[in-house]
Amino acid sequence: MAAGPMKMRATLLGGVTDVRVLMSHPMETGQRKGPDGQLVPLHFIQNVTVKVNGKTVVEGQISQAISRNPVFSFRIKGGAKGDKIEVSWLDNKGETNKTETAVA
Amino acid sequence: MNDQRRGLLRAAGALAALLAAGLLKPIAAFAASWNKDAFGAKSAADALKSLGASQPVASKDVVIEAPQIAENGAVVPIEITSTVPGTTSIAVLIDKNPFPLVGKFDFMEGALPFVKVNVKMGESSDVRVVATAGGKHYVATREIKVTIGGCGG
Amino acid sequence: MRVAISAVLALTLAPAFAQQSQFEKYQKMVAEASPVELFELEGEALWKKKQGPKNVSLEQCDLGMGPGVLAGAYARLPRYFADTDRVMDLETRMLHCMMTLQGRSHEEATKRLFGNANQPSEMEYLSAYVAAQSRGHALAPGQSHPKEQASYELGKKLYFVRTGLWDFSCASCHGTEGKRIRMSELPVLYKPEATRPLIATWPAYRVSNSTFKTLEWRMNNCFAQMRTPEPVFGSEVVNALVMFLTVTAKGEPYRGPGTKR
Repeated sequence: MAAGPMKMRATLLGGVTDVRVLMSHPMETGQRKGPDGQLVPLHFIQNVTVKVNGKTVVEGQISQAISRNPVFSFRIKGGAKGDKIEVSWLDNKGETNKTETAVA
Repeated sequence: MNDQRRGLLRAAGALAALLAAGLLKPIAAFAASWNKDAFGAKSAADALKSLGASQPVASKDVVIEAPQIAENGAVVPIEITSTVPGTTSIAVLIDKNPFPLVGKFDFMEGALPFVKVNVKMGESSDVRVVATAGGKHYVATREIKVTIGGCGG
Repeated sequence: MRVAISAVLALTLAPAFAQQSQFEKYQKMVAEASPVELFELEGEALWKKKQGPKNVSLEQCDLGMGPGVLAGAYARLPRYFADTDRVMDLETRMLHCMMTLQGRSHEEATKRLFGNANQPSEMEYLSAYVAAQSRGHALAPGQSHPKEQASYELGKKLYFVRTGLWDFSCASCHGTEGKRIRMSELPVLYKPEATRPLIATWPAYRVSNSTFKTLEWRMNNCFAQMRTPEPVFGSEVVNALVMFLTVTAKGEPYRGPGTKR
């Protein structure tokens, strides 16, 4: 399944930038049986990286126990309107996706 | 050792040397490491050991915001904040999951030690959060009951 | 003595209240951390995609407020449409647009109405997008045209008609206060106070199986649970039930697409 859409919102409030990112990913645990009765293979995001103006501020390692279509929230100290936030992911198959937004 | 394997090892060695010399970029532009041992651990204690965070101290400065009862275990929203000064990392574990460690977040300069995440829980369980600050580890736990709703199917 | 009695009452009532309020917290937190907007995004792309023998998009589809007008359109459905001389809900109307605007056959357009976690259906994506354009608008289904009134009356009647293998009606499960299926409460859907928050949040992302569900699906699935034959998609029967529920919920500000267990 090709990497689905990603959506992100970064809002500045009270000196903190709240970053909320939606990811489309099956996050298969390898324990689920598909319609053909066979186990659907392990397929999940392993790494999530958050960058502010090109600088990495959060490195996340996650497991297949994170919910399907993961939604994360992070908080950046300060930040100014227009700052560039980028969130990218890498899964166990080597597939990646990323999205970028400006702080509003 | 057969020739093919020897050849591969030679190539890998060459690549590693080039990578180390900064002459080759990693294929994914990630310094992507994934702690296989910690994520493969079958108990929270073993996972924490793999993370080098055994024997964390209970702390009220590690705050877990979550529902007491989840209507479904497929998506359990959890919000975590650490006000322990100098927190650089937060690990999230679900004690009764087959593999308790579900996430580890490292925070660099610029990020607050805060994360909101949706987790899968197989059954009612303690959620265990370990924050690391200045080489020391601090823990908080919260019980979340998981129920099933609806007609099923 | 009074203090002791109230303490006993508090103890006996507390678990039930505590449990309900804890589901509210779960529902609130899940809705705040929902991937549902991704479905709206995909729906927008599909709405604007040229398809069918006529190779046009759905952008000129008239959902009741004029061709292509989406703001508030979902909140005003179901309603009567003169060009088809019948009452239609969102999905029924979109199917009509697929066939007339895009020239697609009924067979092709209805081939895969309900999707799954790996591949939601076109209808599901489109419903998410169109419904989102009604956020904040008060639910105001059609009630002035005689066919709209007839649809409401039919839906109301059908709610109580017992049928199928088990002789169930909607009211069998949704007819008495305080019932639940496993841990989910069964709302009494002819009561506005129960129906308003629900119709204001359908269609919805279902976290239990990571799918996006619409009202046509909900009606279809209820009939399946009741062990009756499968209702025809976009039929007068299904539209009448959706009309009945939406009229019962009228006035409520729409705040979907929602996120449910």
